Formats: sequence, structure tokens, C-alpha cells
Amino acid sequence: MSRQIDVSDLDIYYGSFLAVEKVTMEIKPRSITALIGPSGCGKSTFLRSLNRMHEVIPGARVEGKVVLDGQDLYGPGVDPVAVRRSVGMVFQNPNPFPTMSIYDNVLAGMRLNNKRLKRSEADAVVEHSLRGANLWKEVQDRLDRPGAGLSGGQQQRLCIARAIAVQPQVLLMDEPCSALDPISTLAIEDLMGELKKEYTIVIVTHNMQQASRVSDRTGFFNIEGTGKPGKLVEMDATDTIFSNPSVKATEDYVSGRFG
Amino acid sequence: MSSPNDTGTRTEDRPGDGRTSPEDPGAAVLTRYQPPSLAASMHASLPRWAGAAASALGVLVAAALVAVTDVHVALAVVVGAVVGVAAFVVASRVVEGERAATDRFVTALVTMAFVVALLPLVSVVWTTVSRGLARFDGAFFTQSMYNVIGEGGGAYHAIMGTLIITGVATLISVPIGTLTAIYLVEYGGDNRLSKVITFLVDVMTGIPSIVAGLFSLALFTLVLGPGYRLGVMGSVALSVLMIPIVVRAVEEMLRIVPARLRESSYALGVPKWLTIVKVVLPTAASGIASGVVIAIARVMGETAPLLVTVGLTASTNFNPFEGRMAVLPVFAYYQIITPGIPPQAFIDRAWTSALLLILFVMVLNVGARVLARALAPKTR
Repeated sequence: MSRQIDVSDLDIYYGSFLAVEKVTMEIKPRSITALIGPSGCGKSTFLRSLNRMHEVIPGARVEGKVVLDGQDLYGPGVDPVAVRRSVGMVFQNPNPFPTMSIYDNVLAGMRLNNKRLKRSEADAVVEHSLRGANLWKEVQDRLDRPGAGLSGGQQQRLCIARAIAVQPQVLLMDEPCSALDPISTLAIEDLMGELKKEYTIVIVTHNMQQASRVSDRTGFFNIEGTGKPGKLVEMDATDTIFSNPSVKATEDYVSGRFG
Repeated sequence: MSSPNDTGTRTEDRPGDGRTSPEDPGAAVLTRYQPPSLAASMHASLPRWAGAAASALGVLVAAALVAVTDVHVALAVVVGAVVGVAAFVVASRVVEGERAATDRFVTALVTMAFVVALLPLVSVVWTTVSRGLARFDGAFFTQSMYNVIGEGGGAYHAIMGTLIITGVATLISVPIGTLTAIYLVEYGGDNRLSKVITFLVDVMTGIPSIVAGLFSLALFTLVLGPGYRLGVMGSVALSVLMIPIVVRAVEEMLRIVPARLRESSYALGVPKWLTIVKVVLPTAASGIASGVVIAIARVMGETAPLLVTVGLTASTNFNPFEGRMAVLPVFAYYQIITPGIPPQAFIDRAWTSALLLILFVMVLNVGARVLARALAPKTR
């Protein structure tokens, strides 16, 4: 189910403001790609452009190509809703639907799209997705309880279960652990290691240890100053980025001597 | 913390230099304004019954003034209040110190303002209950005024009329109001149309209810010709008053639904309209329901627009599209303004109708709370 993403010459605008300039990168299937960089450098904006989520903000648009599985996501006639069905997303703050139970939260992607499932099928999907998100053991006896009653780390894993229940080809994660404690963070990181056997994962993180622990390849974004567009400075295997990067700014950033 | 000649650039010797620097004027000012020590700020406090005692003193003074002199009751109450508060504050000043005395003074003012605000409410409820209970009987709820000339009869026809007309008004207003609010919050954004709609809704909130009645009358006269009095005309008039309230209530509820819930729904590949129907509206359902119920309560007691649109009848009419209907406020109005013989029977019916209207509004408000709690998102 995992696919390669090829991004070429991608400019991202908010209205007339150029937020991210000329990004070209190759995201390999069945691997974890980490995006790092200082706040405001456009890495989250770039991530959201990979499933056209940034279009939720009025005036946002892109120029360039994002090709998933031979198909340009921004080609004419491509429905953003269809894009989001094949490229799932997990957000910074855990956000289960407050009106739904744990069970219904996992099925939200299907239920909200009016897809009808037999009870047995639905049960199977819920168990499969919760096992996939490493949450099944903790919640199997209280599936009918509200999702909002779980701890922060459990809620985030519930959101991951919800995202993988619609069988996306790619999973985008926007600082998925920044609101979580170290134990929940570890649980999510372990989970990412499991998920990459099946999914292409792109993660934005401020935590460089996390990037070096979990990712196979790392991209470093930087910004020259306020009002200037963010750029992809360098992208390479994670080991190379953290031990022997080819650009000085990358080395400064990963070693903490920055700005 | 930064010295005046600090330009804001990072320097090696920066940490710890500000506070101790002798030429820092800010530090000098701060030393002069050191807070008092905790020990120095300890003080005794008035006993718990001090407030009650001061109130009793005020009442006593007022009563004595009325009994001994011939000043007006209102003036005596004012003097009593001033004396009570003054005694309370002075006692606090002596025992507890200045800051506590200020606190006591403001507390006394706020409490008295609350009592003053409560007086009309208590008075209205008391008057209505004491006079309305006379006819609060089975006949009042089961009989109409058909063939009733003097005593007896009831408001069954008016109760049904009120329920039917407000019911139809709700059926008209809730879809229009909710859809308008959804447009404003989810689709309109800041565009010209939504600004115009918001402005018109604000204007509609302020129109006098009689104007709503005349609008409905004019509308139906244009379409059907003159001389019609129909229940649905009253419903349309009430809708004109209700729609802006519903729009406002729903709009506010939709705005507080967190954007991240919409985003996570989009991220699951759910189209916008399904996100609104299945995520946004259910999340806001509790607030929307209570807003709607309160809007119903607001228009239920309207008299003027119904007076000109539905008229009055003595018999029960269940059909809002055919003939006049009776409603409680208009019924009460005519009973008290054109009493027959014996007059007391008419006056009693008017008071009981008023009591019933208050009960309806109360039940609706309590219902709104229950509904809000039942629909609210749960965490356990």
C-alpha cells in the first residue's frame, strides 16, 4: 500500500506571500522521512501540501508538482478529498471527535463518508486498526466509552488508528509527539517503526533525537529571515545529516549551535 | 532586567548583569516599592455573623424611622442601607485594615444590587401566582370559552393555539436560522454577502414586535386579500422575531467548534458538507438545542404581533391555515381589557393565563438546560 512521492519545484503561497520556495524531494516508500528545521521555516506547510490540507486556509495555493504513484496531486480534475483519502494525516494535538466513542472514532473515516459496514466487518476493522496503533490491549474492554476520556498518548494513538483505518498509502505526521510525555512518545515511536513496514511515513518534528531515532532520511528546512520563504536546505540519509552534513547551516542546527 | 545601554545583541557577559548594577534606575525604583512582609500583613478578621448583623442593623434603623417619624418608606430604606453598610465598613476598617474594608464595601454594594435586581422578579412571580391560582383548575386546561358568558370556561383553545403557532414558527425559523448560521460560519468567511447578512440579522434583532406583526399582516393581505386572520400569519410574524435569535445562537455555537476537528475530518478524506453535517453540527448540538429552546421561550409570550395577525376566538381551532385562533397572551389581554359580568371571573382567567405563560417559559428554560446536558460531548 505504500507509494513513493516525488516533489518537484514546489512553491507554496498564502495569498501573494511565498511561504516555501522550490522544494524538490523524493520520499521513498516503506520508510520514514523526517523534516526538521526552526519554527516558521515552512516544514509544516510543506507537509500539509502533501495531502492538500493547506488549502483549508483561504488563499493558500501551490505551484509545482507533487506526484504520488504517477499521479500529480495538483493536476487538473484531481479532487482534494480523494487525495486526502490516500494520504492520511496525524496532527500535533490529539483530536478525537468528542461526540464519538472510541469504536466510532476508529471508524470515523468510513462512517463520516456514509460507508455502510456489517457489524462483524466493523468489529474486525476496529480491532485491526487499534492493534495496528498499539492501543487494542488498553481499550478493548471500553470501546463504547468516549474517545476524549483517554490519556493524551492514548488519544494520539487513537488518532493514528483512525488514520490507518481508511487505508491510506502515505501517513503524514505533524509533530505527533510534541504534546506527549516521554513514555507516550516512546510508544508512538515504536509504533512508527511497525507502521513503516506497510506505509510511507513523513514526520515533522522539533525533536532532533526523535528524527535521528526513527527516520531513514531527513530533510532540513531553513529560512533566511522574517518574510523570506522557507527552503529545503539539504536532504540525505539520516545518519549523514546528523554526522556529516554537507551544508554548514545543517551542521549548526543539528548540533544545537544555531541562530 | 536589561541596562539602558544594552542594545539587545547577545553578549557573553549578559546573564546576571542587570539586577545588581548600581546605575540601573529600575532596580532603585523597585527597592522603594518592596511589598510588606507576610508577618506585617497578618490581621484579625470580623466574625462570620458580621454581615448578617450589619443587615439587621440596617433593617432596624429603617423600621425605627418608619415607626417614629413620618418619612417615606423608600427614604427610610435608603437611610437604613447607608447606615448598615457604613457600620459594616467602619467595623472592618478598625478590625481588619484598609484593603479588607474596601473588599467588604464592594461586597455589600454588589449584594444590594443583586437584591434590588431580584425584587421585580419576586414581585411578578408572587403577584401572578397568588392571583392566578384561583382558576388554576381542571376546567381551565380542558374547556374553551365556547358558549361561556360569565364564570367558568377555560383557556384550552388558547393553550392549543399558543403551542401550535409557536410550533409552526419553530418549524419555519430553525431550518432558516440554522442554515443561515452555517453559511456565515462555514462558507461565507469574510465576504460581502455574509457581512450584509450579519448586518441584516442585527437589524432584525432590533425591530419592534408589532412591526413583525404588521409585516406578516401586509404579506398575507398582498397574497390572499384583506380581512384574513390565520394562525400561520402569527407563526410568520413570530418567525421574523425568532430567526435572528436562532442565527445568533447557532452562529456562536458553530464558531466555538475547534477548527482542528474540521481539519481531522478533512484529513480522513471527508468532504466539507459531510464534515459539517456529521462532525460540526453534532459537536455543537447541545448549544444549538438550548439556543433554539430559549428562542422559543422568547417569542412565546409575544402579544402585539399575534393581536393583529391571529385575532381571537372563543372556540378551539387546531388548523393554523383556517380561521382565527386564540393564544394565551391575546386571551389574557382581552379578558382583562373587556371584562363581562361578573368581572372577577374574567380577571381571574387573565391572571391564570399569565401564570401559565410564565410556567411555559420556565419549563422551556429548564428543558434547555436538560437538553444541553444530555447532548453535550462526554468524556467518561
